[in-house]
Parts: sequence; structure tokens; C-alpha cells
Amino acid sequence: MEALINMALLTLLAVVTVGIARQRNLFGAIILAGIYSFLMASLLVVLDAVDVAMTEASVGAGVSTVFLLAALHLARSMEQKPHHSPVLPMVVAVGVGAALFWGTVGLAPFGTPDNVIHKHVAPKYLADSLKETMVPNVVTSTLADYRGYDTLGETTVIFTAGVGVMLLLKGRRRRKAEAQSAKARSEAAQ
Amino acid sequence: MKRDLILRVIAKLTLPFMLLFALYVQFHGELGPGGGFQAGVIAAGMVILHALIFGIREAKRIAPQALVERLVPLGVLIYAGTGIVGLLTGVNFLDYSRLGPDSPHGHEYGIFAVEVGVLVTVSSTMIAIFYAFVERGR
Repeated sequence: MEALINMALLTLLAVVTVGIARQRNLFGAIILAGIYSFLMASLLVVLDAVDVAMTEASVGAGVSTVFLLAALHLARSMEQKPHHSPVLPMVVAVGVGAALFWGTVGLAPFGTPDNVIHKHVAPKYLADSLKETMVPNVVTSTLADYRGYDTLGETTVIFTAGVGVMLLLKGRRRRKAEAQSAKARSEAAQ
Repeated sequence: MKRDLILRVIAKLTLPFMLLFALYVQFHGELGPGGGFQAGVIAAGMVILHALIFGIREAKRIAPQALVERLVPLGVLIYAGTGIVGLLTGVNFLDYSRLGPDSPHGHEYGIFAVEVGVLVTVSSTMIAIFYAFVERGR
């Protein structure tokens, strides 16, 4: 049953990806990207990664769709024809895809419990989380405590992204206002 | 969308539950799925939905722009501040073991404080980005 659900979701993911690539209308592409995120969230639920699924559904399908639509409001809604030939990007994409596919050959089979990454610190976190932090959800204790530095960095990234977007979108307007006030001042001086 | 009766009524009915769900995800993150990041995005989603349905002016009444823009760095300060409090109690940066009466309780309080920091920064950043886009679009 689980394999069937996985196959259905992965097939839909592939269909939506092709749809995004072929779509010239950016509004349609954004909605398809939202659907892609939602399918990805469902897939993560099937994989028992509920925390990640929640993030994917709220950030990927929710807020980023709204932001992309807001950005579309500032731009044209049809994708422009590229000025250069698509051969070089095609070669790069196929090359990177082939390299990634080659990389997956060396991975351990999906879901192997005695994989190397499951033998490093994960057993210690799983066994000691409740005793050491009184937090039953190991995802929370790992993110906020054992890997607190990483989450501090992540929060700083969000902060930096917000400041960057605000500077980009608000910058010109303020400069225009300053220019106007400078002009008004020079006129008043005369 | 101000005149669309169905959207207005449904939004009014669901908005309080969205905020309640955000708070649930935040304070229940120790027991179930979720945490500061998810709760922040859901809370920001509530304000954004409010702005989409009732207009940006109404949204700025419940989440004033100046306040939101000040909360963006405050969350990072709460997070880093929790780490520095750890330093002041004589252990490493971001080691919460002396924040409570004993080490496990200290870790519990530390995780709570840090998650509050994540919530503040994530929710206010999302709202601030949305406000910036709306302002630019006008």
C-alpha cells in the first residue's frame, strides 16, 4: 500500500515538474510550484518526517506561493524568450543530473538501519533526549539543543534574507523621497 | 476582495483558529511535530490572509509595520541572548544546563526560550517581506 502511494505521488511530482518547465505563463508556473510543494509534503508524511512535511506545506506551498505571486505583481506575467541558445544550459543540466544519478549508485539501499549515518550520534540522541532535556520530541531537542548552533545560524539566515528583501524593495523609494526633500530644501534656501 | 462575502465570512471564521493552531504548534513542539519555525510561518500566514481579504491597512492595525520590523532582529537577539546567558552561568555558549534548577530542566527552559526567538524572527520576517512587496506594488 505504501509503495503504491509513493508511486502515485512520485508520478504526480514528475508530471508537475514537466508542467513547470513547459509553462510559459508565470502565474501557472507559480501555482504548479505550490502543488509541487504540497505533493512533496505528502511524500514526507509517508516517509514519517512530519516536522519537515509541516515546514514544506507551510513554507513551500503557503508563504512562498504568496511571495512569488506578490513578486509577479511587480513583473510581467509571461516568460520572455531567452536571448541565447538553450544548448549550453541543457548540457550542464544533463551533466549535473547524470552526476547525481551516478552518486546515488554508491548510496546504501533506502531505509537501511545499519547505514553509517544512523550509527554516529543518532542513537545517543534517541536514547538520551528525554533524560537530558525532558523533551520527548527528538526533532525539537536535536534542533534547539544538540544542534543549537545550526539553528542559530538558520535563524540568522532568515533575518538576513528579510533585511535583504526590505533593503532591495524599499531602497529606491527612500532615495527618491530624499532627493525630493533635498530639492525642497534647496528651493527654500533660494 | 473586500466585497466578496463568502471569502470575508470564511476568513473571519478561520483566522482565530489559524492563530490558535500557530500557538499550539509553538507550545506543543516539545511533544509533537512542529516548533518555532512552523509556528512562525503559520502566524505570519494568518496576518497575510487578513491582509489579502480585508486590505493592507486593516492588517497593519493588528501587526503595525514599525513593530514587525523591530521584531525581526529581536528574535535573533533572544536566541543569541539565551546562549550568552549560558556563558554567564559558567558553561559554553548555547549550553542550557544551568538555566534551571537541574540540568534537564535547564535544557527544557533553554529550548523554550530559543524556540520563542525562532518564532519571533520567522513570523516577523515573513510579514515584513509581505509588507515590502505590497508597498512596492502600489
